[in-house]
Amino acid sequence: MRRISLTLILILAFPALAAGAARDTKLSLVAYSTPREAYGQLIPAFQKTAAGKDLSFSQSYGASGEQSRAVASGLDADIVAFSLAPDITSLVQKKLVAKNWANDKWHGMVTRSVVVFVVRDGNPKKLKTWTDLLKPGVQIVTPNPFTSGGARWNVMAAYGGALRAGKTPKQAETYLAQMWKHVVAQPASAREGLQTFLAGRGDVFLAYENEALFAQQKGQPVQFVIPKATILIENPIAVTSTSTHKSQAQAFVKYLRTKPAQRIFAQNGYRPVIKGVTQGLNFPNRPQLFTIKYVGGWAKVEKKFFDPRTGVMAKIQASSGG
Amino acid sequence: MAASAEALPAPKARRSAAPGLAIGLSTLYLSLIVLLPLAALAWRAHGWDAITSPQAVSALKLTVVASLVVALINAVAGTAIAWTLVRDRFFGQGFVNALVDLPFALPTIVAGLTLLALYGPKSPAGINVAFTRWAILLALLFVTLPFVVRTVQPVLLELDTEMEDAAASLGASRAATFRRVILPNIFPAILSGVALAFARAIGEFGAVVLISGNLPFKTEVVSVYVFGRIESGDSGGAAAASVVILVLSFGVLLAIGGVRRWATRHDR
Repeated sequence: MRRISLTLILILAFPALAAGAARDTKLSLVAYSTPREAYGQLIPAFQKTAAGKDLSFSQSYGASGEQSRAVASGLDADIVAFSLAPDITSLVQKKLVAKNWANDKWHGMVTRSVVVFVVRDGNPKKLKTWTDLLKPGVQIVTPNPFTSGGARWNVMAAYGGALRAGKTPKQAETYLAQMWKHVVAQPASAREGLQTFLAGRGDVFLAYENEALFAQQKGQPVQFVIPKATILIENPIAVTSTSTHKSQAQAFVKYLRTKPAQRIFAQNGYRPVIKGVTQGLNFPNRPQLFTIKYVGGWAKVEKKFFDPRTGVMAKIQASSGG
Repeated sequence: MAASAEALPAPKARRSAAPGLAIGLSTLYLSLIVLLPLAALAWRAHGWDAITSPQAVSALKLTVVASLVVALINAVAGTAIAWTLVRDRFFGQGFVNALVDLPFALPTIVAGLTLLALYGPKSPAGINVAFTRWAILLALLFVTLPFVVRTVQPVLLELDTEMEDAAASLGASRAATFRRVILPNIFPAILSGVALAFARAIGEFGAVVLISGNLPFKTEVVSVYVFGRIESGDSGGAAAASVVILVLSFGVLLAIGGVRRWATRHDR
């Protein structure tokens, strides 16, 4: 009986498998964790378009840095989408992504966001600017910039915010050190940071607008303030040079920058990279917004601030034990 | 089965028919699963400043001390729980028995979340230890609970109560019976459990990372420190730090093994 059913399965399955192989090209998307819900809507939407109708996807989500290292160590990927550009740059160095990956209209970016202050109900400590964070007794929660690549956006937002307030680079570094004295918890990731804050720790949690909006959509009691001067977060995407389905992968990336796709991203809390898709959604403009270029660009920033031995942040962390 | 039972009286005959093969297979397996990865880790280690920096030393001290304290608390609490489970009969015993293993089944990050909700700033019990060193102890106690219980339990089950009756009939107090009759019998098992609990605590990440707050010099454990090194692209330093943790743990495990041998010296 068992043998008969096994044969039966083989007979039935084989044509199906063969047909499946002929019809489907499978693209492997390796991404950081926060846009998971967005891609969950984007992929089916793409499959309804002419370019996407014969494509299926395998998806892998995790911490941005870890996903990047996994691809560097051989994880199959046609498309990589990370939290910050250095995670793609490290793949360029390993020749897994083409050097010119960012040479397009969007500079290789697919979504945007800003660093915000998640605050307690009604913002009792009246925290609106970066300087406000230095008020006596203010307790800050931010993910650790050495365990969470994404948390580096927070540090650069604070640093740039100080520059925008008229400080010199040296004074801005001093500001960072002072601000860091108010940090009462450094969770390992952004999501853990939100858990820590919601559990009652701290007066302010440095977060990304998309994460705060996502938490609100999930019904969590999250209020946030966008400081006047804050950093424009830009999340990169690239097709790998090792991809065996480059044209299909490029078609997907192209789709992600179309209006319908950017609208889906916007509905999931991300600021879009194209205009005209945010009707009905609230993404307040900030005149003093700056990009990573304003604080020196990632290459310089990574070395100056986040070198685990000599970086400014490494020293600030070390002096916190003083 | 019958054949091996007959062969039992002669200890030599208990050895397997092909000892070379058994040793070879065990060695191969251990090499693939344990030794090779550890060797690769040591091979990749460079940049010893990653472990000599004040931040690293502080994290290491905190972790080792916390793990030792946790192992010792487990020695007492674990033995007490095992005792209750073996010697007492009460309603819901099977339930409690199953409960002991739960910390193994729960993803450690979930354990961290749960502990944070229960013993954090919004604690319904009014106990807030989150983001302090007490929180690290709590998280480690949670994940290491089963070890001592599960090593001591079978030994207690096997223990002949007639020995205790004999001791009592000779006038020994309950405390003396425990100290001089029961404890020597279960001591090796306690030590095994303590060693396991210590080793687990040293490397624990998930349960601790959320509830500790990861403040360098205050509540940052060494696994979180290593994670930070990896995330910062310094995998050599991370490997170096890991090697130091391993050597330290190995030393402690060897020492516990030594005590165990000493304690059982009369049995051999």
